[in-house]
Amino acid sequence: MSNIKYILGSFGDPDEMMHGIEKLQENNISIHDVYTPMPIHGIEAKLGIKRSRIDIAAFCFGITGTCAAFALIYFCAVIDWKVNIGGKPSFALPDFIPIMFELTVLFCAFGMVLTYYASTHLFPGRAPRVMDLRATDDRFVIAIDAKDNAAHTVIDGLLKDAGALEVKYNERKYISYE
Amino acid sequence: MSGHNESILREPLITGDNITYAKITDDILGPVENKPNKAWWIGFIFASLGALLWVVAVSYTFWNGIGAWGLNKTVGWAWDITGFVWWVGIGHAGTLISAVLLLFRQNWRNSINRSAEAMTIFAVICAATYVVSHMGRPWLAYWVLPLPNQFGSLWVNFNSPLVWDMFAISTYFSVSLLFWYTGLLPDIATIRDRAVGTRRKIYSIFSFGWSGSVKTWQRFEAVSLILAGISTPLVLSVHTIVSMDFATSVIPGWHTTIFPPYFVAGAIFSGFAMVLTLLLVARKVLGLENYITMFHIESMNKIIILTGSIVGVAYLTEFFIAWYSGSEYEQYAFINRSTGPYWWAYWMMMTCNVISPQLLWFKKIRLSIRATWILSIVVNIGMWFERFVIIVTSLHRDYIPSSWAMFYPTWVDVSVFVGSIGLFFTLFLLFLRVLPSIAIAEVKLLLKSASEQAKMKQIKEGHENKEYVAEYVESLQKFDSVKQEDYAKI
Repeated sequence: MSNIKYILGSFGDPDEMMHGIEKLQENNISIHDVYTPMPIHGIEAKLGIKRSRIDIAAFCFGITGTCAAFALIYFCAVIDWKVNIGGKPSFALPDFIPIMFELTVLFCAFGMVLTYYASTHLFPGRAPRVMDLRATDDRFVIAIDAKDNAAHTVIDGLLKDAGALEVKYNERKYISYE
Repeated sequence: MSGHNESILREPLITGDNITYAKITDDILGPVENKPNKAWWIGFIFASLGALLWVVAVSYTFWNGIGAWGLNKTVGWAWDITGFVWWVGIGHAGTLISAVLLLFRQNWRNSINRSAEAMTIFAVICAATYVVSHMGRPWLAYWVLPLPNQFGSLWVNFNSPLVWDMFAISTYFSVSLLFWYTGLLPDIATIRDRAVGTRRKIYSIFSFGWSGSVKTWQRFEAVSLILAGISTPLVLSVHTIVSMDFATSVIPGWHTTIFPPYFVAGAIFSGFAMVLTLLLVARKVLGLENYITMFHIESMNKIIILTGSIVGVAYLTEFFIAWYSGSEYEQYAFINRSTGPYWWAYWMMMTCNVISPQLLWFKKIRLSIRATWILSIVVNIGMWFERFVIIVTSLHRDYIPSSWAMFYPTWVDVSVFVGSIGLFFTLFLLFLRVLPSIAIAEVKLLLKSASEQAKMKQIKEGHENKEYVAEYVESLQKFDSVKQEDYAKI
C-alpha cells in the first residue's frame, strides 16, 4: 500500500465522471488531474482552473505582426529605396494593408500555438506522461494523489459509487513506455 | 455537451446503434491500424503513376524552361495559372469547414473537417508547385521574398498583388498546416496509446507527448477557437488577393472590381465539390457511413447550390457591367468570350458551373450519392474552365490584331496538370493510411447529444412533442445508414 502513488478512477461516461468529481470534492479529496479523450465542458470550473490567458498572448503576437509588416514595408518602400511608379506617392498605405493583414494572422497563429505548446509542454519527441492508456480512447480518468489522500478505501468506494468501471492503483506516476 | 439534450428536430450527426466511444475509435482507426484493402491499392497505383508523370513533366520544365509549354508572345499565362488558381480554389474548403463552420457552431463539420483540411494542404502544395515552375528559373524563387540583395537592395514591389499573393499563399499554407496539426495531436495520441513497438515510438514523437489533461484540453479549445477566428478572414483574403492578380491589371475582362467576392464564392464552390468527390468514395471504402451521413452530404450540396448561384450571378453581372460601362474593349472581351474562338470553353463553364448545379434543388438528386458524385466532378471541370476562360480568352486577343493568337497546350502542359491530380490523390491516399481521416475527439463530443441513439433515447423517454418526433423520424428517411424498421415501432 505504501508504494501506491496514484489512484485512478476510470469512467466510461463523462457525466458519471463529473459526478465522481463532485463526490470526491464533497469529501475533501483533492484531485490531481483528469485525463479524457475529448474536451469536457464545464470541468475547469469544477476543478477551479482559471480561464486560459492565451487570447491575450494571441492579441499581442498579432499586433506585433501588424507592426512588423508595416515597419518592413515602410522601410523598404518609403525610406530605403523609393520606386517611382508614375509619380505616385511611395507611402501608399492601402497597398500595405494586404501584407499587414497576412503577417498579423501569421504571427498570431504561430505565436499563439507555440505559446500553447510551451505552456502545455508539448514538443516533438516528448515522452508521453500517460497514467492510463485508455484515457485517449474511451475512458475518462480521475487521478488522485495517493500520498496526500490517505483514506484509500473511502476513495475506492466513492469512485465506484459514482460509476467508475475500474479503480486502479498505480505504483508509478506514469506508465511510461519501456 | 454532456448532460444536455439537443432538440429532437435536428438531424442526427452520428447514426447507428450501439455506438460507444470505443467503437468510434475502432471505426475511425480501422484504415490506419489494418492493412490496406484492394481498393486502396488500385487507387494508390493509379495516383502514384500520375505523381510520377508530374515529376517527369515538372523536371522537364525545369530543365528546358517554360518554352516547354504551349505559351506564346500573346498568351503568356495559360494552363499554369489556370491550374494554380484551380488548386488554390479547391484548397479553400478545408479551412472554411474547420474555421467558418466552427464559428457558426455547425457541429456537422466535426466529421468532415479533418480530411477537408488535409485536402486543403495537398491542394495548396499542388498550387505552389505551379507558382514555382511558372517562374522559369525556379532556383531563383527566393527573389519573391523581401531579402536584401547584391543589386543595391532593390526590394520587391510592395504595391504588386503578386507580392501580396506570395504572402497570402504562404501564410495560408502554414497557418492551415498548423491548425490541422494541432487538431491532430489528440488523435495521434490515441493511435500511440493503442500501438506497440516501433509504431508506438513513431506516433509518440508526433504526438508531442499529448496527455489529455484538463488544462491541455482547456487551452486546446481556446487555441482552436482563436485559430478559427483568424483563419476565417484569412480564407477570404487568400482568394481575394489571387483575384487581385488579375483585377489590378488593365486587361479587358480582368479589370473588374467584382473579382474578389466572385473568386471567393467560386473557391468555396469548387472546394466543397472536391470534398464531396473524395469523401463520397472514402466513406464507402473506409466504411464511415455512420459518421459522414446523408445529412452531411446534403448540407454540402446546399452550400454548392448557394455558391454556384453566386458564381452564376457574378458571370451575368460581368456581362451586364461590360455593356453598361460603355467601354468597347470590355464589351468586345465578353462578346468574344461567349461567341469567339473559345466559345466552347465559355459554354462548358456556364453549363458546368451555373446550369448543372441547379439540379441540386431537387431533393432526389441532392440525396443521391451517385448524382452528387458526378455533379461534384462536373463542378470541378467547370471551375477549371472558368479560370481557363478568364485567363486565356482575355489574353488571346491582344491590342494589335496582328498579335492575335490561340493557345495550344503541349504534352508538358497536359502532363503537369494530370500529374498534379495524381500527386494530390497520392498524398490524400497516404494520409488515409497514416492519420485518422475523421477528427476522433471531435466526433466523440457529439455522441451524447447529437447521435441517433441519443435521440432514440430521448424519444423513448417520451417527453418529446409527438409532432416533433414525427418530423424527426421523417427526416431520417434520407439516411442510408439508418435502419428504418427501428422507428416503425414508435
